[in-house]
Amino acid sequence: MNRLERNEKLTRLALLLVAFSAVSILLVITIFIFGEGTPVMFRYGLQKFLFSLDWFPLEKSYGLLPMIIGSLFVTAGALVIGVPLGLACAIVLTEFSSKRLRRILKPIIELLAGIPSVVYGFIGVVILVPFIRDNLGGPGLSVLAASIILGIMILPTIISISIDSLEAVPRTYREGSIALGATRWQTTRMVMFPAAKSGIIASIILGMGRAIGETMAVIMIAGNAATIPRSLLDPVRTLTSNIALEMGYAAGEHREALFATGVILFIIIMVLNTIANLTSKRRTP
Amino acid sequence: MRIYIDPKIEQRFFRAVLWLFTGVTVFILFFIIFYVLKRGLPVVSLGFLTKNPVEMGKAGGIFSTIVGTVALTVLAILIATPLGVGSAIYLTEYTRENWVTRVIRFGSECLAGIPSIIFGLFGFILFVTKLGLGWSLLSGSLTLAFMILPTIIRTSEEAIRSVPYAYREVSFSLGSTKWQTVTRVVLPSALPGIATGVILGVGRSIGETAAVIFTAGSSLHIPTSLFSSSRTMSVHFYILAREGISMANAYGTAAVLIIAILVINVLAYTLMNKFMRKYC
Amino acid sequence: MSRSFHSNSRFLRSLSLLVLAGFIAGCGRGSAQRGLVVAGSTSVQPFADHWAEVYMKENRGRVVNVQGGGSSAGIQAAREGAADIGMSSRELKPEERDLLEVVVAWDGLAIIVHPGNRIEELSLEQVQRVFAGNITNWSALGGSNHLITVVTREEGSGTRGAFQELVMKKNRISRGAIVQDSNGTVREIVANDPQSIGYISLGLVSQKVKAVRFDGVEASFENIEQKKYRLIRPFLFVTKGPPNAAAQQFVNFVLSRPTQEMIRHDGLIPVFKE
Repeated sequence: MNRLERNEKLTRLALLLVAFSAVSILLVITIFIFGEGTPVMFRYGLQKFLFSLDWFPLEKSYGLLPMIIGSLFVTAGALVIGVPLGLACAIVLTEFSSKRLRRILKPIIELLAGIPSVVYGFIGVVILVPFIRDNLGGPGLSVLAASIILGIMILPTIISISIDSLEAVPRTYREGSIALGATRWQTTRMVMFPAAKSGIIASIILGMGRAIGETMAVIMIAGNAATIPRSLLDPVRTLTSNIALEMGYAAGEHREALFATGVILFIIIMVLNTIANLTSKRRTP
Repeated sequence: MRIYIDPKIEQRFFRAVLWLFTGVTVFILFFIIFYVLKRGLPVVSLGFLTKNPVEMGKAGGIFSTIVGTVALTVLAILIATPLGVGSAIYLTEYTRENWVTRVIRFGSECLAGIPSIIFGLFGFILFVTKLGLGWSLLSGSLTLAFMILPTIIRTSEEAIRSVPYAYREVSFSLGSTKWQTVTRVVLPSALPGIATGVILGVGRSIGETAAVIFTAGSSLHIPTSLFSSSRTMSVHFYILAREGISMANAYGTAAVLIIAILVINVLAYTLMNKFMRKYC
Repeated sequence: MSRSFHSNSRFLRSLSLLVLAGFIAGCGRGSAQRGLVVAGSTSVQPFADHWAEVYMKENRGRVVNVQGGGSSAGIQAAREGAADIGMSSRELKPEERDLLEVVVAWDGLAIIVHPGNRIEELSLEQVQRVFAGNITNWSALGGSNHLITVVTREEGSGTRGAFQELVMKKNRISRGAIVQDSNGTVREIVANDPQSIGYISLGLVSQKVKAVRFDGVEASFENIEQKKYRLIRPFLFVTKGPPNAAAQQFVNFVLSRPTQEMIRHDGLIPVFKE
């Protein structure tokens, strides 16, 4: 083969290697985390690890249940707040307002997704926590505070992707429905929304992923007590906070236990992301 | 038997509810920005931006953190962009859709979903500790680069794909090789789209805290080499706010952060618009 | 268009070579490259930061980087080489005794409550039972009828370690306690929550919080010097093996008389008595 062809083949190979960089990084991270984390899970006992209530790492007790439940509660709370508000916003911006308004508001909302999480956490500490403490009781650092702030944080994600999904529904759907005499709300409820359903579900799942993975804001406002919260006003610790609080000084088996926490998080988020990808791909083009 | 509600009344009710929710949403989101800016902008002055923190940040400015942020971000972009654009070129120009491309894309999507604390954990154990790089710009930028890589791959791929095939056809018909076509025709046309991805990556790096604090450390000193530790504005804000060192300075730092991110996003958005207008 | 991009790619190529060269040149991981890294206790950190500021002002060209993370993190970092000096605000544990330690100051441990709290003093037993979760209402201590919000540090904290050793002894701190990861954050919470109680470094007590009298003794420096207030712990600089040259210079600086004077002025107990 001549020089030109050889160069082309080399270029192609080089680019292939580069393209694999993303995959290899992912592999390195995955192997690393799983490699460090799984031995301790099985050595300590998977059942004890996932279901024991006692997280006392310095006494070699690694029960993750309070944190798993903590993450679940806080994420559920975030969805309770984020989904209704976010979907309402998306529906209003696509179905009930002018295109101009949408063109102005949508980028602004997407911009809000870029605000650092520590700023959200800070607002929570300065405004929300004292409010909860003075008016609802408890220390203020609570499931409620975390849920509200996380709910606000996932709003841009849900709104943005839902708007995209609703806009992607062919205009003929809406026009046909109106032509048949339906009101705009009926059209939205019975035609547009179901048509965009998979994209909307994907947006919710992505929002859920973001809520589960959030660390800094949660450390600031959730209180980080390693127990199962018995009410919305009790402090709570999530899987992510657990890692962040102890990472600096954990050594030996304790460090492995933190990696194991990472493994659990990893699996949860991978599952969520795959579901999100599958549901959004199922959309009719 | 279903109760019959007059559709017009039903619509009025739900419209009211929806608009209420939307109003609440928009209000909350804007309130956060204005609250921080209102308290923070008065603190921001030329001195604030050019002086170093004194007494752990109680006095002085945030200059060293600005340097740290810029250094970390620039390094992360320098690492991630060649990898990202290269991957995108391969995925679009050099191969058909097959299992290989699906694997690559899946890998990239997965990487995008990993929480930042796991990147922090990974970076801390691998770069700071095992590889002995310590808390440094190097550890921090490598970790950040991994985090923004998926964004750059995704936007670059979209940008490159949008370039009309006719451009390539003309180039080939003039006798150029594929690589020449890519570098001299496709990439320049896709540049605004690629730049958008890079800018979005910059935005993400600036706001990142969890991964940075464990890999780049929190030293208040201006970084002098790749192995120096450095504090970014986000980390500085986090520390100031949590420890109550200086609420005023915390707000000031947050204001600078928000303005920077606003500017960056506006830039990305206008670039993307210019790009779309060219090709859509 | 094509020519500009080609020269662009050439520019990029040379830029990356430059970065690579800088990388390789900077590969020597000496302190000269990255400065002296001092990491660990958040109790020691503000003071170490101050010492570093003065040290760097008096010795232009030398760089000291102070990081937080907690005492155990600092000890870990010293052991693994991420830090030249680890800062600790508690005694080394038996399994950590292979590292070298230098006491650079002494610090009191203060039990703090909200300034508006009626309580002025607590006994050892009361503090133990509050932090263990056995006493849950301020009224049991003579205060108002409110639930107590207990705030503690993370497990790797030297302050917590000292608190556990000096106060709690065999009792475990309640699981339901709020956990925060630095003295400053604990102070912020106690300053804002009227029903809270916590413990921080005496040197960090400010107007925002109130330090209670412990077993009848007020938490003050005079009382510590007169050995009346018993909650004190050492601030340690920990190194793996003998400190390297740069570290030794900094240690010498911190132990020198002028710095120790400054330490007393800053609110700690110096190592040298007059």
